Amino acid sequence: MTVAIDRATGKSRGDRAPRPGPVTRLRRSFAKHWYAYAMIAPVVVVLGVIVLYPLAYGFYLTLTDADSLNSARTIGVNKIEATYKFVGLDNYAEILWGETAYDRFWSHFIWTIVWTAACVTLHYGIGLGLALLLNQKLRGRTLYRLILILPWAVPTFVTVFGWRFMLADTGIINSGLGSLGLPTPPWLEDPFWQRFAAIMVNTWCGVPFMMVSLLGGLQSIDSTLYEAAEMDGANAWQRFRNVTLPGLRSVSSTVVLLGIIWTFNQFAIIFLLFGTTAPDAQILVTWAYYLGFGQQPREFAESAAYGMLLLAILVVFTSFYRRWLNRNEQQLAI
Amino acid sequence: MSTTTVEKAAPARPDGGGTTVKRPVRRRGELSLPARLTSHGVLTVASLIALFPVAWLVFLSLGPDKDDYLHPGRIWGKMTLDNYAFVLEHTAFFHWLKSSLIVSLGTTVIGVLVAATTGYAVSRMRFPGYKKFMWVLLVTQMFPVAVLMVPMYQLLSELQLIDTYLGLILVYCTTAVPYCAWLMKGYFDTIPFEIDEAGRVDGLTPFGTFARLILPLAKPGLAVAAFYSFITAFGEVAFATTFMLDDEKYTLAVGLQSFISEHDAQRNLMAATAVLIAIPVSGFFYLVQKNLVTGLTAGGTKG
Repeated sequence: MTVAIDRATGKSRGDRAPRPGPVTRLRRSFAKHWYAYAMIAPVVVVLGVIVLYPLAYGFYLTLTDADSLNSARTIGVNKIEATYKFVGLDNYAEILWGETAYDRFWSHFIWTIVWTAACVTLHYGIGLGLALLLNQKLRGRTLYRLILILPWAVPTFVTVFGWRFMLADTGIINSGLGSLGLPTPPWLEDPFWQRFAAIMVNTWCGVPFMMVSLLGGLQSIDSTLYEAAEMDGANAWQRFRNVTLPGLRSVSSTVVLLGIIWTFNQFAIIFLLFGTTAPDAQILVTWAYYLGFGQQPREFAESAAYGMLLLAILVVFTSFYRRWLNRNEQQLAI
Repeated sequence: MSTTTVEKAAPARPDGGGTTVKRPVRRRGELSLPARLTSHGVLTVASLIALFPVAWLVFLSLGPDKDDYLHPGRIWGKMTLDNYAFVLEHTAFFHWLKSSLIVSLGTTVIGVLVAATTGYAVSRMRFPGYKKFMWVLLVTQMFPVAVLMVPMYQLLSELQLIDTYLGLILVYCTTAVPYCAWLMKGYFDTIPFEIDEAGRVDGLTPFGTFARLILPLAKPGLAVAAFYSFITAFGEVAFATTFMLDDEKYTLAVGLQSFISEHDAQRNLMAATAVLIAIPVSGFFYLVQKNLVTGLTAGGTKG
């Protein structure tokens, strides 16, 4: 009988017998692992049907000039057949180095990078700071914690509207700033302030997740390590530097990766904060959405091509990130 | 944020003159007064920032006119719950709620059912293709909405599933299924392998071990995965906005946007609806919040 859990027994790859022929190998492998395959089958099937097939179809669309005028559609009772044609890699070439490539792609690309870097840095920095504060013996820290996760508890599509009211021209923020004699920036109109506002709102929404995850990480650090460090005469900074940060490494690398992916893909905040009125503040995801669904005619092929490029960027980034972690002998928790 | 907040060592004060006893000794982890005040100060400010936008929304929802958000001072004099009454009686609020619940619950049930065995398999077994499979699960989670939106839109229109609940559920499953599998793997990893081994020794098949021993132990993990899928589907904006056309089938996330159109912005009603949505969701969130990140950190903290 085969052992169900080969992970617990910790078999290493090295001590295997010489490899038999491919057919035997396949049969043996199937006999040994068939229940594993049976267990992952539902997910494989579901993902194949609703992810891989649309993905392949989407990739095919990027090689055509499909838009809402030449796609198959039904108007009333008339069914119109699709008339789009195959154009090869033209869409990608047009996006990356066509005439308007800077305005249409690269400017959004740069802003997306800035947005992701700024937001994740702020999320992590503020989240870590608050987690450290909450990890102390402090009266009322449960209450603080409960209040501080409020931005996470309330759905984003609700809170963004709260922010829209506050950031409106004569909303509370500008009235407040005005009565203090400070300048009142046009948050929702001027491109710079739109970007500023977007980062601000996203920071507000994203900090609680980081805070709670890092707090979990902090609480799992063995307190005897701190005692030992203290016995060795380490001061507060040294203890933070040499006990806390290494203890948080695994959690950190995971939440930072998640944070980067989520922020890069953040749709709701920018879309709901500005709608389609702020072309300069659109990150690539919302911009791709705008091309495909926010304008007429809908540029399906171009939008799908943006999607593919975005996915490629993320996959490449994540591969490098994992490789970098492996080199530093860390592992992702996810 | 200051880094002075790591537990302060009890510093040896050089003031302990001749008298030997009675000086209060601070124990490990107790803070000096200034440090405590600073901590409280920072946390209070942070709490206010976290609280204010939500509180402001609640406050605005009490003002009867749609332009009251511009003159918040006037609301004090004429606070009323009329907005809530209007939203509940004269808008499609309950239709939207129904749509949201159908879509989110559908996604949750499918996600958890489909992903449970997979989470177990990838937690316990190593099979050829394991790494590739995990990689696929990870990559699927980082699909930007833009990747699948166009092809899904085309495919669903061909299948006549645009503007149906089933269509939206299918779309949400693309993220919910791999996400649940990841979360559950994290939880299954925390259940000792010895339990499986005991089950196997007693003659259970791998499926029997899973169904009879592990699944009952994993209920909290399943609950967290379910909750996450629910929240994600509930708060999704992009697909719902594009795929739901009939305003009685809008989910709450879409319905809320419909208060502000080009012609008219009923901000008071919008605020009231926002509060009505926020209360049950946040309440539910607070009930389960303790377990939320265990799936993420449980695997990680073991190093």
